[in-house]
Amino acid sequence: MTTAPVRSATTLAARLASRAGGGLLRVALIVIALFWLMPTVGLLLSSLRGSADIAASGWWRVLTAPSQLTFANFRALLGNSAITHSLLNTLYITVPATVLVVVIGALAGYAFAWLDFRGRDWWFLTVVGLLVVPVQIALIPVARLFGDIGIFGSITGVVLFHTAFGLPFAIFLLRNFFAEIPRELLEAARLDGAGEVRIFSTVVLPLGGPAIASLGIFQFLWVWNDMLVALIFANSDSAPITVALQQQVRQFGNNIDILAPGAFVSMVIPLVVFFAFQRQFVSGVMAGAVK
Amino acid sequence: MRTRFWVAALFLLPALVLLGALVVYPIGYSIVRSLYDARGSGFVGVRNYGTVFSDPGTLTAIKNNAVWVVVAPSITTALGLIFAVLTERVRWGTAFKLVVFMPMAISMLAAGIIFRLVYEQDPNRGVANAAIAGVHDVFSPSSVYPGARPRPGADLSPSAGGSYTTRSTARAGTPALLPLVGIPETNLPSTAQQAAAPRGGGSGVTGTVWLDFRPGGGGRPGVIDPGEKGLKGVTVQAVRGGRVVASARTAADGTFTLPATAAGARLRLPASNFAAGYGGVDWLGPTLVTPSIIGAYVWMWAGFAMVLIAAGLAGVPRELLEAARVDGAGEWQIFRRITVPLLAPVLVVVLVTLMINVLKIFDLVYIIAPGATQNNAMVLALKLYLTSFGGGDDQGVGSAISVLLLLLVLPVMVFNIRRIRRERRR
Repeated sequence: MTTAPVRSATTLAARLASRAGGGLLRVALIVIALFWLMPTVGLLLSSLRGSADIAASGWWRVLTAPSQLTFANFRALLGNSAITHSLLNTLYITVPATVLVVVIGALAGYAFAWLDFRGRDWWFLTVVGLLVVPVQIALIPVARLFGDIGIFGSITGVVLFHTAFGLPFAIFLLRNFFAEIPRELLEAARLDGAGEVRIFSTVVLPLGGPAIASLGIFQFLWVWNDMLVALIFANSDSAPITVALQQQVRQFGNNIDILAPGAFVSMVIPLVVFFAFQRQFVSGVMAGAVK
Repeated sequence: MRTRFWVAALFLLPALVLLGALVVYPIGYSIVRSLYDARGSGFVGVRNYGTVFSDPGTLTAIKNNAVWVVVAPSITTALGLIFAVLTERVRWGTAFKLVVFMPMAISMLAAGIIFRLVYEQDPNRGVANAAIAGVHDVFSPSSVYPGARPRPGADLSPSAGGSYTTRSTARAGTPALLPLVGIPETNLPSTAQQAAAPRGGGSGVTGTVWLDFRPGGGGRPGVIDPGEKGLKGVTVQAVRGGRVVASARTAADGTFTLPATAAGARLRLPASNFAAGYGGVDWLGPTLVTPSIIGAYVWMWAGFAMVLIAAGLAGVPRELLEAARVDGAGEWQIFRRITVPLLAPVLVVVLVTLMINVLKIFDLVYIIAPGATQNNAMVLALKLYLTSFGGGDDQGVGSAISVLLLLLVLPVMVFNIRRIRRERRR
């Protein structure tokens, strides 16, 4: 190793960038970024070509023959009532499953952070233990349970399952966040004669905004993108878009004009949410590490 | 101040009911269920576990899961580390991170469909094979008419290495007719022209290579009929005594002209005219299917590793790096000896998170692996699903697999609980 002179640039990347190799770093990053984008671009361009074009050549052909571009696939897809129905199901599953996790998780998180009851730590450690329980362990028992109480195949069942498996993380995240709220704020509210419910709704919930936003976005994307849970607990009438498309994959090859736009439509909402709330999403993901 | 019991209960009840009924109770149920047979009526002890570890299908799944758990997290973390280090302090690093992180937001189903398209076998359709074929063609150009062969009864017989040679010798002034078949009409270039009889006369050897097939029927074998297309760009060699004495390429109407020296030689159509085009890598075939799906996973999750590691990197004290530099340490040394050790806790969290995630991998495998190679790509979560729901009806073995998955995450569960307990004592 040769000795390196001290410079103001302090990181490896910055120093690389400040040398002649800086151009190289820049080019490398651009190439990697294009490489990362290409699969998604391929999907989008595939979804914008007719089935004959798709069968004849790859999506990149469109770059030299832009006349191939057509919205016909999307029009056909959105005119397909089975697909639009499944998109609505996705919404009907995702919104309640997100709201329920946030509400129930916040209630429990508050209890673990600020209420003093017997066995509190023990209960909380149990919840922490449940963080990494794989959903697979519950598929068979819960399918049976839902069958017994008559909600197997319904949206309710899918929502309840997602809520239950979202709770350990929700409680963990919110408890930790709520616990950081200054004690004086809560004490002041108590001295004013506020009950626990008042304190929860007027002090803790507003202050917990950022954590709740992270949790909500994380859970929203998690449920929206789920396939396995819906594959088991939904029936053909309550199936979300992921399951509707999965059933098309078996004939992969001659139905790309359905699959490509379908996959793209299923990605639109998550991508909008992702770009609109990157910060919250990232902090949710970071808090969710080791889930 | 101890809260009244019912107040605490009110806050906790919804969570505890759901967790109890849908998470905790199922764990107990699965453990018990795994000790019963397929229908759930006969107690079989640990026989289901015996099946899991002896059935070739589940053994493949266990082996693949092992590959997944070792390979996918390490590659993903390594890439995340590289990206995090490279983008630090690059002004548009955020834009780069956004691009790499984006796949985290989409479903594994969508990612699966995306990569089914990427991995399509035909280099004309799948972008991965198109890229490889592009490189491949530079070194060995593929032929114009793969699969073509002489019309039976024509004056051409197979010779060494897949070439075809005339039985008779060529004579100046007598056009050689070399009819080929075996090429779909649609595979001809759009510029293909009506085949023409070669112009006689002159001292050279002339002839025609054409597709002796008339769309719609009615063509006579060995005769150039109207509607039959000439084959452009076919190499024709004149061979005498094993040596090539002249060579020509056919024109758009299929005609070729060899110099007078070719007279008396035999005409050969070398194998290069007929070599099959590059077929592309069989990404989703038996041997490559798991690595290919792991590639899709890395694409999805490298952003996750990158973002976490970048956050850790921001916490590395600058003074330490400066001090090392003043002491004359090189950049690589600093990276190896200071940055990576300081990042170790973050790297462990990323690796463990990915391992847990990969252990349960399901959607990507189910979507990307085609039916033909699904068994080669089998993983535990997919085996569980197929055994207990999709087709199979053995919830005993399915439960045993689910208990196995739970056992595998148990160390992490214990680690988490211990860590939180330590933190709370402080």
